[in-house]
Amino acid sequence: MTNAQSQSQIPRQTPLSWRIVLRVSLAGMRRRMMRSVVTVSCVVLALAFLAYMLVLADITQALVELNNPKLNILLQERGVDIFAASQMDPMTILLIGLALLTCAVGIANSMLMSVTERVREIGTLKCLGAQDRFIVKSYLVESTLQGFLGATAGVVLGCAIAVAASAATFPGYVLSSFPAVMVLRSLIVSLFIGLVIAVGASIWPAAVAARKRPVDALRVEE
Amino acid sequence: MTEQREGPQAASDVESGARDIVIRALGVKRYYGTGDVVTKALDGVTLTVYRGEYLSIMGPSGSGKSTLFNMIGGIDTPTEGMVFIDEIDVARLDAFEMAWMRCNKIGYIFQSYNILPTLTALENVTLPMRFAGLSPDEAREKGAEILRAVGLGDRLFHRPYELSGGQQQRVAVARAMANDPVIILADEPTANLDVDTGAEIIELLCELKRDRGLTVISATHDMKMLNVSDRILWIRDGRVQRLEERRNLDIQIGTVAARGKGTKGKTP
Repeated sequence: MTNAQSQSQIPRQTPLSWRIVLRVSLAGMRRRMMRSVVTVSCVVLALAFLAYMLVLADITQALVELNNPKLNILLQERGVDIFAASQMDPMTILLIGLALLTCAVGIANSMLMSVTERVREIGTLKCLGAQDRFIVKSYLVESTLQGFLGATAGVVLGCAIAVAASAATFPGYVLSSFPAVMVLRSLIVSLFIGLVIAVGASIWPAAVAARKRPVDALRVEE
Repeated sequence: MTEQREGPQAASDVESGARDIVIRALGVKRYYGTGDVVTKALDGVTLTVYRGEYLSIMGPSGSGKSTLFNMIGGIDTPTEGMVFIDEIDVARLDAFEMAWMRCNKIGYIFQSYNILPTLTALENVTLPMRFAGLSPDEAREKGAEILRAVGLGDRLFHRPYELSGGQQQRVAVARAMANDPVIILADEPTANLDVDTGAEIIELLCELKRDRGLTVISATHDMKMLNVSDRILWIRDGRVQRLEERRNLDIQIGTVAARGKGTKGKTP
């Protein structure tokens, strides 16, 4: 009956399994398909660009290393500096950086809008007993899935375009001396960067969502 | 300031003898804003709610009704004063403990249902059970049972948009029941429903109150809800204006009037 006794009845809530989080986030993504598609395509485009640049650099490097006189002429005609082909020029790096930044801002923006749209839903979840970290988790799971989907598609797309373009420009050389290991490395790096951006950009929106109060659930329709 | 309120309060205390207390609010104040622009949403409310009673809270919008509702529902904390829910001092709980209490002690029913649109009826009911630590199988079984009890046994796997308003509100009632709470908080639960469907929801709440000994607290303007209440509380300008036992009131559809000449309370 005393307060001290009653207060101690409250157990420490066990953290929820990721399965429920996954279930809730997946259902949410399916429901908000359009928004998910926009976010994913944002990642696809940025990552396609990144992968395209990296793979193209790998292939060019491999071709330069062949040191074939006929190919060298072809390369120089295409404006490749065969003596410094191993370094990406600063302009390209800047472009890639801008593309990735735009992608991150796009994801953050889309996520923040989704938080605003879902204030009542978040409030309801809190009234049902959801902890802040459940909300954070569900947002992170959502963005990880979107990031993974978008990055995979983007990387495949970028790589395909790079291979096709270079195969068309330097017929006969690309496939015979394809730098598979280097390309694979570039693809993994791009995928990783894509995931980091998708998750990183949603940390802030997730924190905003977790700070919403259960009172918000009681607010009457917009 | 408090004396004003102790009149009706003390009377009902005497009448009810040693009834089990579920909620105690002591001099609760809730201010919004700071300095000169402070808004006194609640200005010292003292209230006792007993186990198994049906309390309706009335008041015009802006009266502090919702604020009081949030205070005793553990979804907001007072600026001053204390709130005990099932003898637990709300102010002393951290975020985790608050989440636990909302999960296990209180069931919420909202005016606009607030069924999670992405989940099926059954998932809506089992989610709070999962929050409370039940296994998926236990939750599914218990959830289906509760949904059957509210008359939705054949709608377990339907999504909210496939359900009518009344059915959605039934899901909400089932969800509020999920963890066998002590208190059901219903915020204008019939406001978005037509008369007959609203009456069904009221009937359902009364059944739960009767069969499971639940305490139901609802904010409402619905005369039918007032009619089934045990006590009715009027809030105005952040203070308790009046607190009456149902049996002292004469309620007809559309009007509330004091019975006889003895009670000279203002009709709100």
